Parts: sequence; C-alpha cells; structure tokens
Amino acid sequence: MTRASRPAGLASEVLVAADAVSLGYGRTIVVRDVSLHIRPGTATGIAGESGSGKSTLAKALVGDLTPMAGRVTVNGRSWSDVHRRDPERRRVQMIFQDPYSALNPRMTARQAISETLTVVCGVPRAEAGQRAGELLTRAGLSGAAIDARPHRLSGGQRQRVVIARAIACEPDLLIADEPTSSLDVSIQAQILDLLVDLREERGLALVLVSHDLAVLRHMTDTCLIMRDGNVVERGPTERVLSQPQHEYTRTLVAAHQGEETSVGSHHGAEEDT
Amino acid sequence: MIDSHVRDGAGPDGEATSATVAEIGGLAISIAGREIVSRVDLAIAASESVGLVGESGSGKSVTCRSLIGMLGFIGASITSGQVRIAGRDMTSASQRQWRQLRGTTVSLVPQASLAGLDPLIRVGAQLSEVIRRFDSRADTAARSLELLDQVQMRRPGEVLRAYPHELSGGMRQRAMIALAIAGRPKLLIADEATTALDATVQRSVLQLLTRLRAELGMALLLVSHDLGVVRTATDRVAVMYAGTVVEQAASTRIFNRPRHPYTAGLTAADPALVPPGQRLRSLLGDPPQPGAWAAGCRFAPRCGYRQEVCDESLPPLIVAADGDAVACVRAAEISL
Repeated sequence: MTRASRPAGLASEVLVAADAVSLGYGRTIVVRDVSLHIRPGTATGIAGESGSGKSTLAKALVGDLTPMAGRVTVNGRSWSDVHRRDPERRRVQMIFQDPYSALNPRMTARQAISETLTVVCGVPRAEAGQRAGELLTRAGLSGAAIDARPHRLSGGQRQRVVIARAIACEPDLLIADEPTSSLDVSIQAQILDLLVDLREERGLALVLVSHDLAVLRHMTDTCLIMRDGNVVERGPTERVLSQPQHEYTRTLVAAHQGEETSVGSHHGAEEDT
Repeated sequence: MIDSHVRDGAGPDGEATSATVAEIGGLAISIAGREIVSRVDLAIAASESVGLVGESGSGKSVTCRSLIGMLGFIGASITSGQVRIAGRDMTSASQRQWRQLRGTTVSLVPQASLAGLDPLIRVGAQLSEVIRRFDSRADTAARSLELLDQVQMRRPGEVLRAYPHELSGGMRQRAMIALAIAGRPKLLIADEATTALDATVQRSVLQLLTRLRAELGMALLLVSHDLGVVRTATDRVAVMYAGTVVEQAASTRIFNRPRHPYTAGLTAADPALVPPGQRLRSLLGDPPQPGAWAAGCRFAPRCGYRQEVCDESLPPLIVAADGDAVACVRAAEISL
C-alpha cells in the first residue's frame, strides 16, 4: 500500500510522503532510507522496540526533523518550504506519550484549546471559548475538568485535552507517538476508541507509533516493522502480524503472544544484550 | 477472614500450615489517615506463582510492600488485619525482625530501572556485599559467578567489573534478580519487574523468573498492570481495584470466564483479547482517587450491573466451591 514506487499521477492523493529519507542527530544515523506515503483516511502503524527509529521517523513526518537525505513532503511541498504560520502546518498534528509535558501547567484545558484556536487556527477570540468547550466535550472531557488545570486531571483526561487540541484546526493527519503507553488498560481503551471515532467522523488519517503489537493490530490497516533504523517488514497489519515473513517480526510477535512463557517453559529464544 | 487458598495445606480450622510462605488476611493499610488498601486477603503457597494485577492506584504495590516490611518507607502502616511470613506473624514486626526475613525468606525485584543498583559501585562489588550479608564466610567470587549463571547472564566476568550504566536494561534486570535471589528466598516478589523493558527482553526476563522458580523451588508473586504478562507466567491471579481484591482465580480461567464485572471490563478493554475492528467496550470513567472510596462496592460507579444493593457495603471476597473467589454481591445472578 504505502510503497515509495507508485505512479506519479497519484501523488496528489498523498497527504505526507517520505521518500528515501535518512534521519539522525548530529552524525548519528537513526533511520536509514525509509519511504512511506500516507493517504487520506488511512491508518498506518509503525512498530519497533526502543532505539528502532520509529519515533524519529514520526518526527520527520510531522516536519519536526529535517532529513539528512531524501525528503518529506506535505501535499507535494517539502516541509522545509512550509513556514511556521503556513496553513499547511496545521494539516498534520502530533500527540505524544506524556500528555503532561505537552500542556501549559498554568492554563485550564479550555484556555489551552482557545489559545490554539485563536493563534493557530485564526478563530475569533469571542468564539474560541465555546468552540474549545465543544472540542473538549467531543474528546470526552466533561464538567469541571474542562476548566481545570492539567495537574488536576488524570493521565487519560490530559491525553483527551491533547487530542482536542490536535483536532482543533481540523487536520487531515494525526500522528500519535505511543499515545496510550503511560495509561492504564481501561483508560487506554477509552483513548483508542476515541481515536477510532474521530477517524470515522472526520476522515482523519492516522499514523500510530507503538511498541504494542496488540494496539497496532487493533488500530491500523498497514504497518511497518522497524529495527535499528531499518524497515524490516511492511504490509497489511493483519498479514504482517499473523504471517510475519521477516525473522525479527516473528521474534517480536512471539514475544507479544508470550504463550511460550507459560508455566514450566524453558530458556528464552533470544537474548538481550 | 483469612482464607487460605492452599486447599491441601490448610488445616481443619482454616489456619494455613507451613506450606504457605506468605499470607495476608483482612489487611487494611493507610497513608496519612487515608485507607488505601482495605480488607485484602491473599495467600501464597510454597513454589506457587501468583499474579497481582490492577491499574495505577489499585493498591497492588502497597500490598506487596506489606509482605516485605517496607510500608514505613512510604509513610504507610497497617491499620487492621495481619501479615504472616513463613508462619511468623509480622503484622507489627520491627525493622530488625524484618531484616531477618528480607532476602532469605522474602525478596523483592523492583521495576526495571537504574535505581535498583548503586550507580557508583561495580556490579561485582554489589553482589559480594549482598552475598556476605547472608553468609559471612562465603566465597563471594565463586558465588557471584554462580548467581550470574543462574540468571543466564552472558559474559559474567565482564558484568562483574561493569558499572550499572554499562549494562543494557535487560542485563540490569538480570543483575537485580541475581541480587534478589542471593539469599535463596522462599518467595520472590517481582513488582512490575518487566514493565519498562522491550517485549523481547520482557519475555526473556519472564522466562528467567519462571525457570528460577522451578529450579530454586521459590514462590513467585508477579505484580503487573499487564494482563498478558500475568496470564502467561502464573498459576493464579488476584485482581485488585480501588484498594481491594475483587477476584481471585486460576490464571487459565480468570480472563476467559471472569466473574467480576471489573475483570470482565479489563478483558474487554485489552486490545490483545479483542478482535481487530471491534470496539474495546471501554470501562467508562476513571478509577476513584486512592482513599476517596464510596461506602459500597468501589467499582459500582463504573459498573453496568449496579443496583441499590451494591451501594450498601463493601462486598466481601467470597470463595466458591472451586476455590476461586469473587467480591461481587451480584456475581451469581449476572452473566458476563
């Protein structure tokens, strides 16, 4: 689905395209020669363990990291040509694992969203407060939580604020980097269900970065498996996870199923070093 | 209501015999006047593997701290009920009494992090110190290598000379396990011991714990928020919610046929257990703040089966004929 080699005529359908990008920090290369095209309404997963480069790739997709080689385009324009205030910026939004650090501790949820609405989306200040309330309600926040500061909110409520802010300017693509990793199972389910609903009602495309294959399987149509900065396998999520072709994917899938770990089993197949 | 789940080992009066390594009954724990754990019953038999699952704030970490005499460090104390370790009543034991059991009878592997090891001391020196604590005449070099071999550490010679930061997360966790088993404990408590690790490393550490349990004849208390981890590595699971145990049953049964609505909710919310494309049927709302409990069933505000009777009093954990237990007054009449 998301291979780099596709007919040029379809390029207009692509929201964000990474073509042969290599990414890194300083001289260290973290992601090597990866191509990925994100189309409207699709859900793409990026999986891998710590240090695989999955978050770095996500950062480049949202334009927060300039590639060392290759390029990332949004609607056909390179991110480096898209200025901060350019409306194109708003088409792609990103949310992270730790919602607390993403929120201004002095602002209530409503103030934070109002600020985004007026400053980034150009909504008149008079309307912003009410629109912010509607967005927060849509994201599942209610009552006093809407006018509370972040420290009064639970982890799940904070992630709802962050999601409300991310959808405030009606983006076409939401990139979520481990959005539920710090949340409890029951709260994770609420946030995942919210993301599914938002995708359906807004035709939002989703890129989900996660180490959790069960979450990925649940949420995405296609996926990439990364290891040490390389994509080792890609394809329909269901196929990749049920019939992995690459040895590393098989290892990863086995580790998640964990059936071999059952009582009385023996030595691990793979070592950690 | 101390209810031993060691069916064979329980005496006629319900009092557990020496086959029980650790047992807590009717336990309540408070911090700063707030009761954060209430009426918890849990018994662990020799060489048994028990899982303790629950979400943040459910009281699982505090409960396992009570089994190793570490409540005081976080300003918590037992307000009722009792704790017995290897037959000894430790409910109001002093730190001096706990030191006699810690490491040798009951030992703790904390969450994978740098914090469990002293960053300024080589791994070998830390191991030697712990080994000497249990046996002042031990050949520390030989015993260190033996322990590293038991935890399947690769290149043990290099590891002994290394500082903790020079090890990977998985190797550090193996080193912590080596420290924890140095005194040959009868019960090893692993409190989120694999939580911060990558899946492949997590699996190998879990396999290690399972193997050590068999080899050393230890009991294992595996504390985790991760249902998958607990399901695969334990014989029996206790599910905690809002400071109480809501269900306790065989690991093979509990997630397939939960009897408590909260356990059912957890299962329905776990993407690993729900087919792709289906909604996760999330549990609504947030768990209550620790200590700010309702008078009746603490899960009632989020429960789809709530009736007036649920709000009357905290439901006790009732043991069924098959030995499994559930704390829900409607358990018999609802089908989950």
